[in-house]
Amino acid sequence: MLAAVVTNTVFGFLRFAVMLAILAAGARTVAGYDEPQLATFVWAGQGLIGVVLLWAPQDLAERIRTGDVVTDLLRPIDPLWQLLAADLGRAGYAACTRFVIPVVTGALVFHLYAPRRMITYALFACSALMATIVCFGCRFLVNAAAYWLLDARGPNTLWTLASGLLGGLHFPVWFFPDAMAVALIAGTPFPSIIQIPLDVLVERGSVGQQLALLAVQAGWVVAILALSRWVQACGERKLVIQGG
Amino acid sequence: MAETAWTAYRRLVGAQVRSQTQYRASFVADVIGSLLFGVIDVASVIVVFRVTPTLGGFTFPEVFLMTALAGYAFALGDLAVGNVERLRVYVRSGLFDALLVRPLSSLTQLAAMDVATRRVGRVAFGVVLVVVATAKASVPLTAARLTLLVVTPVAGALIFGAIFVATATVAFWWIESGEIANGLTYGGLNFTQYPITIYGTLFRRLFAYTVGFAFVAYYPALALLDRADPLGAPAMLGYVSPIVAVAAVIAAGLMWRTGVRHYRSTGS
Repeated sequence: MLAAVVTNTVFGFLRFAVMLAILAAGARTVAGYDEPQLATFVWAGQGLIGVVLLWAPQDLAERIRTGDVVTDLLRPIDPLWQLLAADLGRAGYAACTRFVIPVVTGALVFHLYAPRRMITYALFACSALMATIVCFGCRFLVNAAAYWLLDARGPNTLWTLASGLLGGLHFPVWFFPDAMAVALIAGTPFPSIIQIPLDVLVERGSVGQQLALLAVQAGWVVAILALSRWVQACGERKLVIQGG
Repeated sequence: MAETAWTAYRRLVGAQVRSQTQYRASFVADVIGSLLFGVIDVASVIVVFRVTPTLGGFTFPEVFLMTALAGYAFALGDLAVGNVERLRVYVRSGLFDALLVRPLSSLTQLAAMDVATRRVGRVAFGVVLVVVATAKASVPLTAARLTLLVVTPVAGALIFGAIFVATATVAFWWIESGEIANGLTYGGLNFTQYPITIYGTLFRRLFAYTVGFAFVAYYPALALLDRADPLGAPAMLGYVSPIVAVAAVIAAGLMWRTGVRHYRSTGS
């Protein structure tokens, strides 16, 4: 945990240095963000990595490979909801630890943007919760690929690349052409994990626009969970118990 | 003796490569995945330059050259010793004992046993990147510059390799060190991709000068581009990367030896 926080914080310095250099090149705002907003975007983003748990060990894929997953199926609870419940508990703990440390570090060294509207805090909390669920669903789907592939390394590589580059982690998706950014936000789940919560937090746009972003996230929560449930059902039918 | 040790290492690596390439399709997919990780680093730099004309006083072709040199050096170092970060698994499970009882260097054994052949994808991409970046920055190809172009990635790879080893040794003292090394290894890659002028003074002193990351890409790139350092460092710094690399390797080697002496088996 501590190690991960240190790494997130180091990357906070690295990423924000690039943002500052862009601003130093002359512009007052970049892609609609001013300096404090970018600071909050980067540092809260580094904290959010741990809350949504962007990179997780592939426990489920490993359980499918070894065949241990059968014990999960014997329990009287659906494995998907069981995993989700455990993940939400983990996220709650991370919100008090892994989220706070990079944000406090950033706030001590740089000037962070504090939301002006009180409602933003509530909206951000909802957004972060939905981001956690979407991220959980994506990780579940990546792991569930092991039902068919017996190994989730390939899908996991693609997930790592897509979530970092297209989700707003390496840079806000608004650095892409506007049409592409909109297409990514509406058409892929990745921005719902990092980009949308951060846009809500730095109050990019009015309350109405924040609510619209939350609606997009809610859509992805439903879609990803439904897809996960369906994939799990197919996986159970497909399951070949290894080594039995 | 030296020759038999060399043969043993060659066999170890050979066996690893053969076993990892056994499933062709799976191996090809892994190579492509490794290549994509190289692509993503470059993509970030390209996207950043979509919103700004210069970065830290450098234009896109200049920064791109640094990115390419850093990416190639990292890929080489990662291929050779990147999996040393798994040391903590060996220490925790007690497997490290098995390495110590064999009459070969523990570090070389670990590197040989964990060589990740799939990372050739990223290395190949790194070569292409350096060639494209050199052409794009229109670096005049004199004999001196060509030598610098060949030597720099090797020196950079040694620096990254030293960082991989040095950070892995933390596991000898702190087994649950987790991803603490990533800040310096992957963080180091991120740092070296951009000119050091963009970083704050404290951060620059720590990463660029103390750890030596400025010698992976920044100073050699200045020499290749024939540009003076905006921070006022003398031009000859572009040619001293190999010396820095050797110093880094020696330091990492000493850390490793100290670590091995401190190693106490998990036992049972």
